[in-house]
Amino acid sequence: MNDKRNDLPSLEPAAGNGLLNRRIFLEGALLAGATTAGLSAAAADPLPVAPWMKKPGPHFAPYGMPSSFESKVVRAVTPPNNPLTAGVGSSRTPHHLLEGMMTPSGLHFERSHSGIPDIDPEQHRLVIHGLVKRPLVFTLEALSRYPMTSRIAFVECAGNSGALNAPQAAPRLDVAAIHGLLSCSEWTGVKLSTLLDEAGVEPAARWLLAEGADSSGMSRSFPIAKAMDDAMICLYQNGERVRPSNGYPVRLLLPGFEGNMNVKWLRRLKLTAEPTMTKDETSKYTILLKDEKAWQFAFPLEVKSMITRPSPGLLLKGPGFYEISGLAWSGNGGIRQVEVSTDGGKSWALAALSGPNLPKAPVRFRAAWQWNGGPATLQSRATDDTGMVQPSRAAFIAERGLRGNYHFNAIASWGINEKGEASNVYA
Amino acid sequence: MSMLKQITLCAALVVVAAPALAQAPQFGQPISPADLAPWDISIGPDGVGLPAGSGTPAQGATVFAAKCQACHGEKGAGGPNDRLVGGKGSLAAGQAPVKTVGSYWPYATTLFDYIRRAMPFVDSKSLTSDEIYAVSAYILNLNGIIGESDAMDAQSLAKVRMPNRDGFIPFPRYPR
Repeated sequence: MNDKRNDLPSLEPAAGNGLLNRRIFLEGALLAGATTAGLSAAAADPLPVAPWMKKPGPHFAPYGMPSSFESKVVRAVTPPNNPLTAGVGSSRTPHHLLEGMMTPSGLHFERSHSGIPDIDPEQHRLVIHGLVKRPLVFTLEALSRYPMTSRIAFVECAGNSGALNAPQAAPRLDVAAIHGLLSCSEWTGVKLSTLLDEAGVEPAARWLLAEGADSSGMSRSFPIAKAMDDAMICLYQNGERVRPSNGYPVRLLLPGFEGNMNVKWLRRLKLTAEPTMTKDETSKYTILLKDEKAWQFAFPLEVKSMITRPSPGLLLKGPGFYEISGLAWSGNGGIRQVEVSTDGGKSWALAALSGPNLPKAPVRFRAAWQWNGGPATLQSRATDDTGMVQPSRAAFIAERGLRGNYHFNAIASWGINEKGEASNVYA
Repeated sequence: MSMLKQITLCAALVVVAAPALAQAPQFGQPISPADLAPWDISIGPDGVGLPAGSGTPAQGATVFAAKCQACHGEKGAGGPNDRLVGGKGSLAAGQAPVKTVGSYWPYATTLFDYIRRAMPFVDSKSLTSDEIYAVSAYILNLNGIIGESDAMDAQSLAKVRMPNRDGFIPFPRYPR
């Protein structure tokens, strides 16, 4: 049998080192062009009849879990550096093992400053006070009675991708280790402006302090304009109640703003004239620049992208066709375009944006690549709908240096070697 | 105006007025400042709301040794958790920054706020106001910011000027 499917149309090159035209994703059809993909494979084995085809499976479960064959698709949990302070740290979403743009709730990244509190929703209260006409307390039952709204939004830790602040690239770091402090959920709850209108905001109120019911009383100040714009008091995550590590029973959502400002286990909102200058908006989550000054109140995460496939741990099994897949997002809005390079930024091709493309949510991008078996450097570069373009590593360092730790959004690179192995490189 | 017209007008008024009877949902319960005071623990840089009480560096040294040193090291030198002392001059260009209370924190009020809400890690909100003032005084004294006999209280803590008070600038970019 001749398995050379030479009757299929060829794929059109779009940039150097094997990048192909994205129309394969956009139109679902291959286009005639210069490159012959040359697909070939040995004949398949005869098909066996497996045991599960002959015996019925078990009965149903009250709460579903992934297949037992997917047991490696788990969060990367950082062990505590000090056993006395377990609960300080994070777990990271394994984006290299996921697809689409939503993060399963059980794989949403976790970041806490004092563990995950076990809060009884019957006893939990949210108080709004300070510069308001009527200080108010809300039970969960009361919050549940307001008109609700839903939106899909990312939450990203300010420290995500901070590993790339290191002067030398650590080759073994994978997608989870570098970029795993980003996740995306559908959030449902009450618009914060609804509750503030009820409390009656005094004209002098310019800021709000949000405070959690966790033992560290995590607290951040944010501007009144954000509160009245798109801030939400979230009760639901992906259709079910917010998960404990994401703020059960109620969390603040400030779409696009750095993760810790989306205060979990929300117990208090105090309206103030000035920011409170909490520990986590002064000593932490400020960006020390090249000189002695530090940026403060850098709220939105700026435009960014990551390639999730191929990436470290995912071996390319021989030359041929591969999809380059990843996510792009911006805390300032939607994504206008994503470009992909396989030659370290010498040439770029537009990727296809696949599935929902929503403001302040990650969009999946896809590019087609014919790997020739040689070395390659994979990069992605996103542009958001405000026109901001993800900076090169050199431009990023030129602006702020590498001492900032937070809000790293420069173009990241995966090196591919002749064995098909991917590693973290700087290019 | 005929009776019919009057009735029609009344009916029209009722129809127009009816939607105004439906209020926006209001399910919050009023609460007095006194009743929410146990939760109102945040202290801004002006020091408003700092409680009564006071403490000296010497008193703070005792509290620190018992409740803080296991994580923050002897005299706040750090290890295994955050270093609290030193780092002066390390924010300068080209240096490896050592960000401590002394070198980096812009407000002393934040120290009181954070210790009260979050420390000690395993038993937060357990220190008395005197103990919090004392530990704050101890850390400030270790950093050379106050003298070894300077007591901290609601007035004096708010007046402490931190070395890096002017070290912060606003983030420059807001596209919208």
